[in-house]
Amino acid sequence: MRGEPVAVVGIGQTKHVSARHDVSIAGLVREAARRALDDAELDWADIDAVVIGKAPDFFEGVMMPELYLADALGAVGKPLLRVHTAGSVGGSTALVAANLVAARVHGIVLTLAFEKQSESNAMWGLSLPIPFQQPLLAGAGGFFAPHIRAYMRRTGAPDTIGSLVAYKDRRNALKNPCAHLHEKDITLEKVQSSPMLWDPIRYSETCPSSDGACAMVLTGEAGAARSPHPPAWVHGGAMRSEPTMFAGKDYVSPRAGRDCAADVYRQAGVTDPRREIDAVEMYVPFSWYEPMWLENLGFAAEGEGWKLTESGVTELDGDLPVNPSGGVLSANPIGASGMIRFAEAALQVRGRAGEHQVDGARRALGHAYGGGAQFFSMWLVGSERPVG
Amino acid sequence: MPEVLSAPLVVEFPFTRSLGPVQSAFLTGLRERTLLGVRASDGRILMPPVEYDPVTAEELRDLVEVAGTGTVTTWAWNPHPRPGQPLTAPFAWVLVRLDGADTALLHALDARGPEEVSSGTRVRVRWAAERRGAITDIVCFERLDEGGRPDGHADSQGKKSRQSDNRPERPRATTPHTGRFDGDPVTGIVTAARLDYTYTSGRAQSRFLTALTGRRIIGERCPDCRKTYVPPRGACPTCGVATDEQVEVGPRGTVTTYCVVNVKARNLDIEVPYVYAHIALDGADLGLHARIGGIPYDQVRMGLRVEAVWVDDDRLAPTLASVDHFRPTGEPDADYDTYKELL
Amino acid sequence: MMPREVAIVAFAQAPTVRRSDQLSEVELLMPVLHDVLGQVGLRAGEIGFTCSGSSDYLAGRAFSFTMALDGVGAWPPISESHVEMDGAWALYEAWVALLTGQADTALVYAYGKSSPGSVRDVLTRQLDPYYVAPLWPDSVSLAALQAQALIDAGHTDERELAGIAARSRTAAEANPSAQLVGSAPPDVLLAEEYVVQPLRRHDCPPVGDGAAAVVLAAGDTALDLCPRPAWIHGIDHRVEAHSLGVRDLTDSPSTRLAAEHAGLFEAPVDTAELHAPFTSQEVVLRRALGLDEEVAVNPSGGALAANPVMAAGLIRLGEAAAAVHRGESQRAVAHATSGPCLQQNLVAVLEAR
Repeated sequence: MRGEPVAVVGIGQTKHVSARHDVSIAGLVREAARRALDDAELDWADIDAVVIGKAPDFFEGVMMPELYLADALGAVGKPLLRVHTAGSVGGSTALVAANLVAARVHGIVLTLAFEKQSESNAMWGLSLPIPFQQPLLAGAGGFFAPHIRAYMRRTGAPDTIGSLVAYKDRRNALKNPCAHLHEKDITLEKVQSSPMLWDPIRYSETCPSSDGACAMVLTGEAGAARSPHPPAWVHGGAMRSEPTMFAGKDYVSPRAGRDCAADVYRQAGVTDPRREIDAVEMYVPFSWYEPMWLENLGFAAEGEGWKLTESGVTELDGDLPVNPSGGVLSANPIGASGMIRFAEAALQVRGRAGEHQVDGARRALGHAYGGGAQFFSMWLVGSERPVG
Repeated sequence: MPEVLSAPLVVEFPFTRSLGPVQSAFLTGLRERTLLGVRASDGRILMPPVEYDPVTAEELRDLVEVAGTGTVTTWAWNPHPRPGQPLTAPFAWVLVRLDGADTALLHALDARGPEEVSSGTRVRVRWAAERRGAITDIVCFERLDEGGRPDGHADSQGKKSRQSDNRPERPRATTPHTGRFDGDPVTGIVTAARLDYTYTSGRAQSRFLTALTGRRIIGERCPDCRKTYVPPRGACPTCGVATDEQVEVGPRGTVTTYCVVNVKARNLDIEVPYVYAHIALDGADLGLHARIGGIPYDQVRMGLRVEAVWVDDDRLAPTLASVDHFRPTGEPDADYDTYKELL
Repeated sequence: MMPREVAIVAFAQAPTVRRSDQLSEVELLMPVLHDVLGQVGLRAGEIGFTCSGSSDYLAGRAFSFTMALDGVGAWPPISESHVEMDGAWALYEAWVALLTGQADTALVYAYGKSSPGSVRDVLTRQLDPYYVAPLWPDSVSLAALQAQALIDAGHTDERELAGIAARSRTAAEANPSAQLVGSAPPDVLLAEEYVVQPLRRHDCPPVGDGAAAVVLAAGDTALDLCPRPAWIHGIDHRVEAHSLGVRDLTDSPSTRLAAEHAGLFEAPVDTAELHAPFTSQEVVLRRALGLDEEVAVNPSGGALAANPVMAAGLIRLGEAAAAVHRGESQRAVAHATSGPCLQQNLVAVLEAR
């Protein structure tokens, strides 16, 4: 990124669960925001601006909920921006906040994303009736399953790969106190014998529906110098979009994803992501997307992504750990899921990921995508201040 | 060109809202005919109580009881109440500062006409006979006469105000309150939120839908890249220009990829399992999504050649449901290389 | 490092109409995109950053912006973002992106189709979902509460409000994109019935469908693309508390604060484009911005002549910029608002150089 170097000095998340019956929407976002402020040892008055993101307003039934949330976010008298880029929104929101610091418009920015899915039912929100069209499906899994089949056909990947990812991510989640799913007795056999929902996607290979929020405090060089804990520095960040559907679209490896990653690596001076990046938090709502994104993001050659998964490279103790937090498969407050990826990448390079810390992580990638695999946002964070 | 098609679109969900401690106490209080405000960081009493200070953003938890009487701070006479609003007969919207509070609550004021309302009008709460812990437990406000008694005129339902529910209350000093009441606290509300829309399909989609009634599938070709889109959405998404050249495509095509659906969808009358497929219709450059029938679900494969099966004449309509499903044609499977670009 | 200078170099809008049934959102938007890009001779792929503003709630469609993207021609993939806000805030996000140096040009667009629903009722879904939204207080009623507070405070009266309506819609006669053009004199307007007292029909914005787009450019690029760029001297936005009962409805401290940060008070302006959907809100904004009689307020007719929700704020920025482009303004202020009774406000100061 250009301009003022951007540092992450505060991170907060809720414990993601299926339903937070004890808090209002405001109470949920506050919890994450307060934890991020505490991590940064800052208070509401220190914040110059707030950037908030979430997925469609229909999920909670509040149009532009940031208006109602202004008080809870400490935004009164301050700039408040609301981003919505579908599933990638958590990442995009963080990037908009980072730009405010990089452009030296603001010194300290609070950024936050949330979803309180228990207020309604995400499946309804995602499948509003549209006249003249024929509803054929329930849920996002049916949309993505044919693309997964295309990946399997194209690469010849064994059909067990998806279960390996789910088994790994659910075990990683046991080390992450914020994760929604803590399946203590998970076994590979259980994953492989779970019901087939949208063949080739099994139940255990899908993400849960969660209430949750994630917040970060971003600042520049001076703010980082005052940070009580090591900051994570933003070495690169980018968004890319392509149309929802078009002739020649590659759903298996969308060009927008490849271009976005290439832009981030260029900014960060990364030429060999497989060797130079120590941990990846990628948006994997269905387990098969791990090998697909490994190729799309340049960690593996085309058709080779599943081999990294199969050989254990992406395990927590592998040499390219993917989703040490347990990932979207273990917690999915939709609008927040992208920001959680960004925040978890930052936790890794700050050395503050606790039990799911990747030893010695110096550079980590946070990745989010949304829509019909068309909106991408990514950042690469490092423990060292970026050069130049 | 055909007429543009339109149809009603009702967006209606019952939202289940959890409240958190302050809102829970306030709404439980309403059920118990008790009005709770909250003390802000600067000592002001905020009514209705908010969870977070509007100035300092601090968490507020210090509840206080305020009176059921108050003063109108501003008002607006609403001669034509809309669906969902508190009263069905003309009423005034009011912001009311309850005695003991420093901020105002938005609600309705029952009055015979605008001449009965002004800023400064003294009012009191009219409670609902049955209260469940919602803002609508306050039916509305009503005027106090100078002696502090309600007018007691007919309410919107034509009934006299129930004096037993509306005994005069004197303004009283605010008193701290624990927020706890007898009975279970109200921890959530369910709010129905129905919005009615009229959906219109736009030019390109209307052309496509109208053609379906004649058992034809019409795509549209981009003048720049010459790709044919079906269903057309009005623009070539890669060139950003209007597609206006109609091209008939299909009715045969190739299954490019698919999944087997085992999840029964709400309001969807399809037996599971079934196959949901992407079908590259002959002549189209984009896959159409449809159900495959006429073949056991576990025999569907990539490359399968299929054709449209239309509904009976009397069910043909300008909707994609006019194509009931696609079934195998019996042709040999298409070679992977012929459709891999359409995957 | 000297901050980069960013300018609005082109503006286009669709004529706002009561209904646009024959057009999908993308069909409504696309001609506007072609127009604005044509003005600067660029293709979508040559633009460095794209950002849009819209709301799913207006037409009742989740992810509506994903379909609108079809009108851009986002191929090869583009650097792109979206705010669930008026397009004025999309412009702000794009302005920030240009300041960082990651792009030299930006396309900003916004669209709103209010005709499929009842926007008065739809906007109630913006309100506190626990205490207020269950009462369904519509947008006209809330504006009427604010107007009465202004009248009680002696800041205005119904006659002055009718004058604002007549002035705005008369000005709109020169605006081919306006929806509601021309006005009876105030005396005639005042004989009409109230919609919600003290507001009459003339005090309220027309309900309409519309779209708008601008191109931003930084530094020398702006000079290459436009003979007389509208340089953004400053732009800022602020939000207030949500609850109406907590706010002083007769004032707009957030507008004043945003104006301060945008540098409005450093020098006088000759033109103001204010996003005041209701006549009474112009009174509040004039006071907050300290505008005197010398300033031409809403020469386009403003939101009283055309108020496509989600685009109307961006149109204010576009109209102010266009006045600079045409040489009619040396220094203009543009304003956008969001939320009930002016809860959130954006102010931009645009200058010729």
